[in-house]
Amino acid sequence: MSLDSRSAAPVQPAAHPKPSPLGSFLKLRELPVILALVVLVAVTAAVNPLFLSQQGIKDLLLNATILMILAVGQTLVIITRNIDLSVGSILGLVAFGTGSVFVAAPELPIILVFLIGIAFGAVLGAVNGLLITIAKVPALVITLGTLYIFRGINNAWAGGTQYFAGERPDAFGNLSVDTVLGFPVITLIAVVVVAVVAVYMLGTRPGRDLYAIGSEPEAAKLFGIPVARRVLLAFVVNGALAGLAGILYASRFNSVGATTGTGLELDVVAAAVVGGVAIFGGSGTVVGAAIGALLLTTITSALTALRVDKFWQQAIVGILILAAVVIDRLAGARAARKLRIAEARNV
Amino acid sequence: MSDPTGARTILPAGDGPSRTPAKGARMAAPGSTRPGTERRPGPGRRSPGSTTTQAAPTGRTGAARLLLGRDAVMIYLLLVVVFYACIVVPRFASPVTVGFLLLDVIPTLLIALPMTLVIISGEIDLSVASIAGLTSALMGVLWQAGTPIALVLVICVLAGLVAGAFNGVLIAYLGLPSLAVTIGTLALFRGLALVVIGDNAVANFPPGLTAFFTSKLGGTGIPTVMVGVVVLIVAFAVVLHFTPFGRGLFALGYSKEAATFVGIDVAQSKFLLYLATGTVSALAGIYWTLRYSSARSDNASGLELAVIAAVLLGGVSIFGGKGSIPGVLAGVLLIGTINYALKLDRVSEVVLIIVTGSLLILSVVAPTIPTALRRARHARRVRSAPLS
Repeated sequence: MSLDSRSAAPVQPAAHPKPSPLGSFLKLRELPVILALVVLVAVTAAVNPLFLSQQGIKDLLLNATILMILAVGQTLVIITRNIDLSVGSILGLVAFGTGSVFVAAPELPIILVFLIGIAFGAVLGAVNGLLITIAKVPALVITLGTLYIFRGINNAWAGGTQYFAGERPDAFGNLSVDTVLGFPVITLIAVVVVAVVAVYMLGTRPGRDLYAIGSEPEAAKLFGIPVARRVLLAFVVNGALAGLAGILYASRFNSVGATTGTGLELDVVAAAVVGGVAIFGGSGTVVGAAIGALLLTTITSALTALRVDKFWQQAIVGILILAAVVIDRLAGARAARKLRIAEARNV
Repeated sequence: MSDPTGARTILPAGDGPSRTPAKGARMAAPGSTRPGTERRPGPGRRSPGSTTTQAAPTGRTGAARLLLGRDAVMIYLLLVVVFYACIVVPRFASPVTVGFLLLDVIPTLLIALPMTLVIISGEIDLSVASIAGLTSALMGVLWQAGTPIALVLVICVLAGLVAGAFNGVLIAYLGLPSLAVTIGTLALFRGLALVVIGDNAVANFPPGLTAFFTSKLGGTGIPTVMVGVVVLIVAFAVVLHFTPFGRGLFALGYSKEAATFVGIDVAQSKFLLYLATGTVSALAGIYWTLRYSSARSDNASGLELAVIAAVLLGGVSIFGGKGSIPGVLAGVLLIGTINYALKLDRVSEVVLIIVTGSLLILSVVAPTIPTALRRARHARRVRSAPLS
């Protein structure tokens, strides 16, 4: 997977003619998932025109928003060859925290609540990141542990308490009702997040460093990249985004309590994988992951619109994930073969 | 890990695509030391240049190794917790405790056995709980359709075998990353469970059978099913620790290339492991159904992470190549005992998962502290030493 064609291209720019725009579009890692999404939406809309009504689109976007934000954060972490299983628990903690903040201080400005929630998430992410980078233990183990710890804290804090939408200011709840140009406000927030992080990953030094770390940690270290600091950054950003998702969850859904966000972690990883993010790091984009999240949530609505038995939904999601993994492998194998041929010519 | 590229060119083509995630590469915290350099006892590192090659066996040997090793520490810890609970927690020291503790722990215990082997070989299986759920759903539907119970059980075990084979083919023969594949089959198998049984629940299993699954051996409080579980434990322990196949799994976990060169059939070994996880998960699903006498699609959901947590707590390295069945048993029982003791002590159930999580983190962080200290001291000495 580290033999991705794009990461290999800069090594010998003279040997290759500049690929045509069409060619590079066809080689785009996100292409299969975009195609799948387009086909899915087209077929569903053909069968059931209501699917693409204004309300239908709004529902689709609303459903995808939270998973999109989480998938973007998770992508940063996976690209560095780590994983964060604790996002569902972070989301739960922050969502419940948001509910309690509104109950304790109803007149607090909403923007401040957002800042508090994001900071809270970032702190939880930093706990993960510090444990992983200082103690140098595998992320899978640490975040599996913090998945339980954060959830336990949430349980202990919430107990049987649930906060309902009525206890939150109307303006806050309206974020997931009001639309701007047909887009729900919280979806616009998610789109902004995706865009900002995508630019950051494409065009900044730390963003490119994350890819280098995921491709080959040892080489990244020798190259002078502050590996521990960058990985910590990825975890903090992921925590902050999970915090943001938690706040939006509190805005979108009626109740937040002890079990909010349980089991979300594997959905998030699945969305990233479906979006073409390689599970062993070094390649994939946040845009792909966001589209993957959109695809996963759209399938659920599409199957309902197509009147497919609702019990089939999860099985189809599973097949989709497996298909994404197989496609990723095929693309990787093709890129590796091309690279070998190119290297052989260059001797 | 010395020169994987050298090995690549001569590898048999059949293993071609599966080599990307080399062993140390799985989910490593970037910057973590290479497998060869970590946790070597002191005398090995004298000069800064000689980090990788000299591997003189400086570890403990003989009885000391058995009595001071990671597994032994886990077992001591388990004993301490059990004794402490017996003294401090009222009503803990009774056959009733043994019975319920074991009944609760059996599903985790069962699945932990093949999971240990899978993780030692450097892979992972997240779909185990979904396979158990699928089996449970299948069991309910078949029984309701009037199939004889013996046939139901056989079909369920076969279903687990098939599910495991599906994982196995994708991972072992197509060389796909096991983490991604089993996240996919986690959703797929749970989805199939929903397809099979929907949101119904089947509860009218033969009373004789469900009674058997909660019955105890005489007055000891030990569940009768434990006999079967013990047989499985012994079988897995023997396979892992006393057969060439089991030794091969450790080699596989350390380095797939090296394992191929010493003649281990990597793909076949992995395939067999996934067959084992599938089958044992099916057994756990059957147990779950009959123990709670309820077949539902969401039975055992979330169990995969609990099992992996217990296995890792039991000293199995997530990178593969390290671990043992006794250690894992101690890990599973430790979590079970602490949870049960805290429950009896009226500690609210919600705190329990904090304990599980903290134990898990502690178990991986604690062993790295001495190494980190030694490395820091070494670095300071190197920096202060005159250049000559």
